[in-house]
Amino acid sequence: MPAFTAHRRLHFRVAVSAAAAMFVAGAAAAYGEDRPVAFVGGRVLPIAGAAIDRGTVVVAAGKIIAVGPVDSTAVPADAERIDATGKVLMPGLVDTHSHVGGGWGGDASGPIQPDVRILDSINVRDAGFRKCRAGGLTTLNIMPGSGHLLSGQTIYAKLRQADTIDDILYRDPDGRILGGMKMANGTNSQKEPPFPGTRSKSAALVRQKFLKALDYKRKLAAASDDAAKRPDRDLEMEGLLDVLEGRVIVHHHAHRADDMLTVLRLREEFGFKVVLHHASEAWKIAGELAKANAPCSVIVVDAPGGKIEAMDMSLATGAVLEKEGVPCAFHTDDPVTDSRLFLRTAALAVRAGMSREKALEALTLAGAKMLELDHRIGSLEPGKDADLILLSGDPLALRTQVLQTWVEGRRVFDREDPEDRLFAVGGYGASRDQTAHACCTDNRMAETR
Amino acid sequence: MRGTCRFAPFMLACVLAIADLPFARGEEPAPPLAIRGEVVHTMTGPAITDGVILVENGKIKAVGTAAQVPIPPGTRTLQGAVVTPGLIDAHTVVGLTGWINQPQDQDQLDPTEPIQPELRAIDSYNPRERLIEWLRGFGITTLHTGHAPGALVSGQTMIVKTTGDSVEEAVLRPAAMVAVTLGDDSRPGGDGAEKKSPGTRSKAVAMLRGELVKAREYARRRSAGGDEQPDRDLRREVFADVLAQKLPLLVTVNRATDIDAALRVAAEFDLRIVLDSAGEAYLCLERIKAAGVPVILHPSMRRAGMGETENISFETAATLRDAGIPFALQSGYEGYVPKTRVALFEAAIAAANGLTTEQALASITVDAAKILGIDDRVGALRPGLDGDIAIFDGDPFEYTTHCAGVVIDGRVVSDAPR
Repeated sequence: MPAFTAHRRLHFRVAVSAAAAMFVAGAAAAYGEDRPVAFVGGRVLPIAGAAIDRGTVVVAAGKIIAVGPVDSTAVPADAERIDATGKVLMPGLVDTHSHVGGGWGGDASGPIQPDVRILDSINVRDAGFRKCRAGGLTTLNIMPGSGHLLSGQTIYAKLRQADTIDDILYRDPDGRILGGMKMANGTNSQKEPPFPGTRSKSAALVRQKFLKALDYKRKLAAASDDAAKRPDRDLEMEGLLDVLEGRVIVHHHAHRADDMLTVLRLREEFGFKVVLHHASEAWKIAGELAKANAPCSVIVVDAPGGKIEAMDMSLATGAVLEKEGVPCAFHTDDPVTDSRLFLRTAALAVRAGMSREKALEALTLAGAKMLELDHRIGSLEPGKDADLILLSGDPLALRTQVLQTWVEGRRVFDREDPEDRLFAVGGYGASRDQTAHACCTDNRMAETR
Repeated sequence: MRGTCRFAPFMLACVLAIADLPFARGEEPAPPLAIRGEVVHTMTGPAITDGVILVENGKIKAVGTAAQVPIPPGTRTLQGAVVTPGLIDAHTVVGLTGWINQPQDQDQLDPTEPIQPELRAIDSYNPRERLIEWLRGFGITTLHTGHAPGALVSGQTMIVKTTGDSVEEAVLRPAAMVAVTLGDDSRPGGDGAEKKSPGTRSKAVAMLRGELVKAREYARRRSAGGDEQPDRDLRREVFADVLAQKLPLLVTVNRATDIDAALRVAAEFDLRIVLDSAGEAYLCLERIKAAGVPVILHPSMRRAGMGETENISFETAATLRDAGIPFALQSGYEGYVPKTRVALFEAAIAAANGLTTEQALASITVDAAKILGIDDRVGALRPGLDGDIAIFDGDPFEYTTHCAGVVIDGRVVSDAPR
């Protein structure tokens, strides 16, 4: 970054923090006990912008109000000060693909179920959420499985302390619940009728359903305000219209290169927004993915294989995508990989050639963009949600621990708290409230991941 | 593949080329080799700074500081930041289970009967399985592999090097242990499972005790000789070897209830056993220690899930260390993605959760070798042991470090960083 820009940005920061401090005074009443919090003296990795060796981050009323060097960043007089000296601060991690919470989407009745919402089956007390917070995750895309061509609506979950599902939902200013649509192709969604038996049949079923939704849309438009002509409400069609009209992003499971290209072919035909998930063979077609500007949410596992479609999985996928300029985020696919070790995913990608900067971005801002939440999360910038993690050291180092996790300015994990620590390291009772369903290696689950 | 060749070490398609290296054991003796490391973990004493290892005829000839051990002129020399003994995966199923994960490469478990100790690992092992090459690239040179957990007695295990074109070339111990599973995972699966035995924990223990009683009777009658002696019976022969302490039982358990049951059976029949996985070992420390039983602990990153392993902890390795119970780490058995874990990575997580670097290394080298009874061959860097060596470009456990070279029996089997 040229010095000129840095200079201007610094002035901007000071101005913002002064303004925000005044705002906080007024907001304090609304937030009750919430005081501003200042993390002082740590190495700050804002993701958007260069690292700050000794920095301060100030949060208030759930938002970040200042990020900058210690010497030039004002701390409000009433702020709770957290000494971050020798520690590292970075944005809360964004997991673009998780199955935490024990939710199931579509059932065995059919391959395409856009009316089904995962939010109707999630247990917010599931131990998995506590383990996510212990791993520094603050936002999840919670998905139904991949055993359907379309298994239902996902939710973008904010890992606040929660008593009900409403407590973890993201909503837009109009109150609309935010989430995506889960789709899958390849072998997972192939089975006995009415499910498809081949890849071509899979694509044909999806195309036919989207054509039906376009038809529904035309009828709605033709009816205009004439209630008599308007087609009956149809939850499936409404779910698909959210996709076709760009309000909801398709999160599409696809391992093989040809399956990814099939998804892009359907995107071309119907014009929906899509993120490719797992993307095991993305390294084979990185050039095509770059040309198509197709974002990839990638999983990193310790060995290839386990299913035929994943045989050519590579630790270097992130490195190849970076080189070709393809947007790349990481995900846990929890329980396939452990949310408490999400930082490790990025570190393994660096081992295989990805740059540190892009690997950290792939845990945060890149994922936020793939959920269209980057105006709120993914980086430490004034105005964004106060979702951040305090680390004992370099995020990519083996022995680094997540010390604290903060969501919207509230501490939701503290490694010094014995109960929180239990969920961080495991032990007797660390799966308490785990939702009882088939374990991760059970065939039923295995086939649908 | 466009533009991807510089990532060759990580590209599985390219990796196949490495598997073609002429590493076959049993050929002409390997030429002399020297390995020099800024830090050499011998596992026999403190790490050596600027150390040298000389290997001749496949065996370690000398180990010391560069000043103590001059490298003869003309000797091929590999260098790295950190040098360790070749790593040992104390329990895996790789080679019986393969990465395709289809029936043709899944021979780790025959579900037709609950008790089959006669199944030999050597009859299923595929030395060309690509997962073996995958592990070798991370410095793993020895595997204790064989029949998987998931049946009351699933079969035998064996010990192999991660080289060789045939099981005969690879094998170090053709029969190492007999794999037993107690607890929920000993129940049969599949159609009609609810009517198959064992259906409960108590039934599983009763069946195991029953087989041991019968084998003792069989051995007694066989040794009596004469016309009355029973016909040879493979199953009873293996259990007779177990009763004679020639073969240990590798008992896969997680719940404290099942750990105690395993110790109870071992005491009743005076068996050698090794506890495998042992997720709740931290609840049974005094009893495990009193029984003198070692533990091959579950992979640190094993999924907690629900049920048998819901109480596992990243810190159990450190707890066993504190209790003075011998233990090793393992990659375990994986049924889906990833199809195997990597013992190096599992030990790393233990190192991040209470073990020192040296202790974590011991859990995949010398301590594993002792528990497996192969410390006269592998697991440390000292003269006379096999020339099995791993070379790293930094702390072996750091995520971003690479394994830069692997030597087995004095031959370089991998020199591409991974």
